[in-house]
Amino acid sequence: MIDFINFYLIPALTLGSIYALGAVGISMIFGILRFAHFAHGDVMTIGAYGTLTAVWFIPLPPLLLLPFGIGLAIASALAVDYFFYKPLRKLPTIYTVISSFGVALIFRSLAQILWSAENQVFVRGVTAPIILFDTFRISALHAQAIVITALIAVALHLFLTRSRTGRSMRAVADDPELASVAGLDTENVIRWTWIIGASLAAIAGVFAGLDTDVHPNLGWNLLLPMFAATILGGIGKPMGAMAGGIIIGLAEEISTYNWIGEESLISPSYKTAVGFFIMVVLLIFRPQGLFKGRLM
Amino acid sequence: MELTGLFFFLVGFLIMGGIYAVLCIALNIQWGMGGLFNAGIAGFFAVGAYASAIATTAFSEKHLGGFGLPIPIGLLAAAAVAGVAGWAVAKICVRLRSDYLAMASIGIAEILRLVIVNEEWITNGSLGISGIPRPFDGWVQGRPADLIFLATVWIVVLIAYLISERLHDSPWGRTLRAIRDNEDAARAAGKDVEWLKLQTFVIGAALMGVAGGLSAHYFKFLSPSATEPLLVTFLVWVMLMAGGSGNNRGAIAGGLGIWAIWSFTEIFTNRLPPEWATRSSYIRMLLIGLILQFVLQRYRSGLIPEKSPPVRFKD
Amino acid sequence: MTAVLSIRKLTAGYGGVPIIEDVDLEVEAETVSVIIGPNGAGKSTLLKSICSLTVIGSGSVFFRGDNITGIPTARLVPKGIAAVPQSRNVFATLTVAENLDVGTYATPFVDRSRAEEQVLALFPDLKAKLAQPAGELSGGQRQMVAIGRALMSEPKLLLLDEPTAGLSPAYLEKIFDLILAIRQTGVTILMVEQNARQALSIADQGHVLVNGRNFISGTGHELLANDNVRRSFLGGGQAA
Repeated sequence: MIDFINFYLIPALTLGSIYALGAVGISMIFGILRFAHFAHGDVMTIGAYGTLTAVWFIPLPPLLLLPFGIGLAIASALAVDYFFYKPLRKLPTIYTVISSFGVALIFRSLAQILWSAENQVFVRGVTAPIILFDTFRISALHAQAIVITALIAVALHLFLTRSRTGRSMRAVADDPELASVAGLDTENVIRWTWIIGASLAAIAGVFAGLDTDVHPNLGWNLLLPMFAATILGGIGKPMGAMAGGIIIGLAEEISTYNWIGEESLISPSYKTAVGFFIMVVLLIFRPQGLFKGRLM
Repeated sequence: MELTGLFFFLVGFLIMGGIYAVLCIALNIQWGMGGLFNAGIAGFFAVGAYASAIATTAFSEKHLGGFGLPIPIGLLAAAAVAGVAGWAVAKICVRLRSDYLAMASIGIAEILRLVIVNEEWITNGSLGISGIPRPFDGWVQGRPADLIFLATVWIVVLIAYLISERLHDSPWGRTLRAIRDNEDAARAAGKDVEWLKLQTFVIGAALMGVAGGLSAHYFKFLSPSATEPLLVTFLVWVMLMAGGSGNNRGAIAGGLGIWAIWSFTEIFTNRLPPEWATRSSYIRMLLIGLILQFVLQRYRSGLIPEKSPPVRFKD
Repeated sequence: MTAVLSIRKLTAGYGGVPIIEDVDLEVEAETVSVIIGPNGAGKSTLLKSICSLTVIGSGSVFFRGDNITGIPTARLVPKGIAAVPQSRNVFATLTVAENLDVGTYATPFVDRSRAEEQVLALFPDLKAKLAQPAGELSGGQRQMVAIGRALMSEPKLLLLDEPTAGLSPAYLEKIFDLILAIRQTGVTILMVEQNARQALSIADQGHVLVNGRNFISGTGHELLANDNVRRSFLGGGQAA
């Protein structure tokens, strides 16, 4: 049991938190801009590299240098929207989806050109885990990831329900034409969607980079499970996407536990397929997800 | 000597260009005719490649094989296996909206890649399968063999082109176009939309498998990372878009054109100072990514019927 | 006195064949104007054209002297025009309170609490429903939220597209009374209506649209008394 918590549950929640933060952005973009953003994983990668670069120059812990990564991610997202997505906005969304494929490749290539294709680490060496009650061993990183994500969840909920921008975002996601008729500034809402989506993606990217290492495919490799989380949570429901992320993370990590006998239930090499499998099942049987999102 | 070097560079170029042309024709069937957004091209390509390799190689302890069948049979096996994979994927995905279909098809390509890497008893995993035969292996080797292979590839291109053209001009093709223009109307008229889309997807997938098979026989060696999966999928999409008109000639033209850009930029980046040369393939990928954006904004005509409102009214 | 809204020779549609052609219409301040006509006559298209939700072929729309033909839809509310579409006119996933709140975002110069007071005074039934998602309300209540949201911006001109569509007879009376009450507060109202007879009975001005063109215009009483109009659109019988 203790082993389960230490070696499966906590890492699962950490992975789930990373997925949750990324999926929120994808869900918002889906809800407001109405397309699947295939470059979102690479926004995470950009955020990780931005923070990494700051770490090289400023002797502070990586989490404190998050603003650099966030800044770079936001700038990249806004630039990409302005130059590539906005010109296609009035067309069928499939064009923007294809464009986002291209943007994903562009981000990844830039990462490989500017920072090299090798794996890089934020911090060298191993840090000792935190020990609670003499039994639970949690790495500091995992604790930070889980706690920060929980705080972000609360902040996000308050933002969406209490602030003007948050409510405007929900209104535009609900009915963009009515939002215009009601006088809402759709372009501003879109801008904030990118800002929030990119910020959370950057944070997720840094956690992922801290957990393993930073490499150009960091975000792209996580994209499918994040899409699965978005669909699980219901399209256009950011809080649902967070829940979806946690669930997918749990499913992936826990699927390799030795539930039956000695062997893990699913071979670890197929771990990443778990999230995808869940997504396909959802798409066939319950595309509106758990929280009744929009069917699009 | 320079001239022969250049000549055989062109041969190599046209061989790969031909393989990509087959992929473009295949994607044109799925997307241009059927309106299906397949983002998992690499998966069918890989499955076909492995099928043909396994069917034609000699016995080995490292992987499934030992059938030693002739290459045409190998290519048919590639078509069959990829077609079946396409059938499975389409059964799941064909009703889905484009965004979802893209996600699902990428996911399935990823699963296929995982299977290829992990089920070593079939594929020898990351170590790959070697000794894949070329046509007329016993009689010709070296550069003349490349010429024969060039002919082989372009015969396949011709066959693919003819198949696709026949489909396009047939009642089947017309029904597909009707579905693309107005799916609900076609459904109301009694057309089994799902079944038609399924067929489209399967035929396209089978052709993609054949392209994979050709690739395996060309390089005589096959491993999961032989072609960066994303690159295959992505390049083919760019090729089809650039080729523009959504017809088969455009598909072939786009294939050769973008492949030309890809190949010839390699010449330039190879001349860069060493520390940039290692990044040359990424610079080229960046270039292709930018080309895609450009093509999307300026040259997407004919790719899908756009219902943009005219400024003036008909009188 | 210049008209609040002035539509001159407007031709518009959705691409392809124009739905309305050469339509002229003037709306005086603080009046209720009604547009009636058979189905497909282009009544909704006319309202949507004011809101730049259609393709405008030719002609112009003036609001209080400003040419607003084709301006971005979101600029309407700050200018003082609030529209209530026929269907999908509330944000279903937002609560009633949030729906009303959203109505004020484009007009920061409006005193929010005063506006809310006035709207809740007009629609007291909503007070109990403020925390409910608007999508869960009945048709009539949703209509109140929709109109309420529009009024929160304290508009000069209120556009209503078939406000009584799909409502029970009880709500019908309420809506027409409400419209008169709204006019009393100094708002000009232009509405499209299917319930022609009742609409005309409260209208200062009426316009009949047929096949996308002006057919006849006049005061509410004039049109109600007009034989042609009566026979074609009011189901015959004696004038009210």
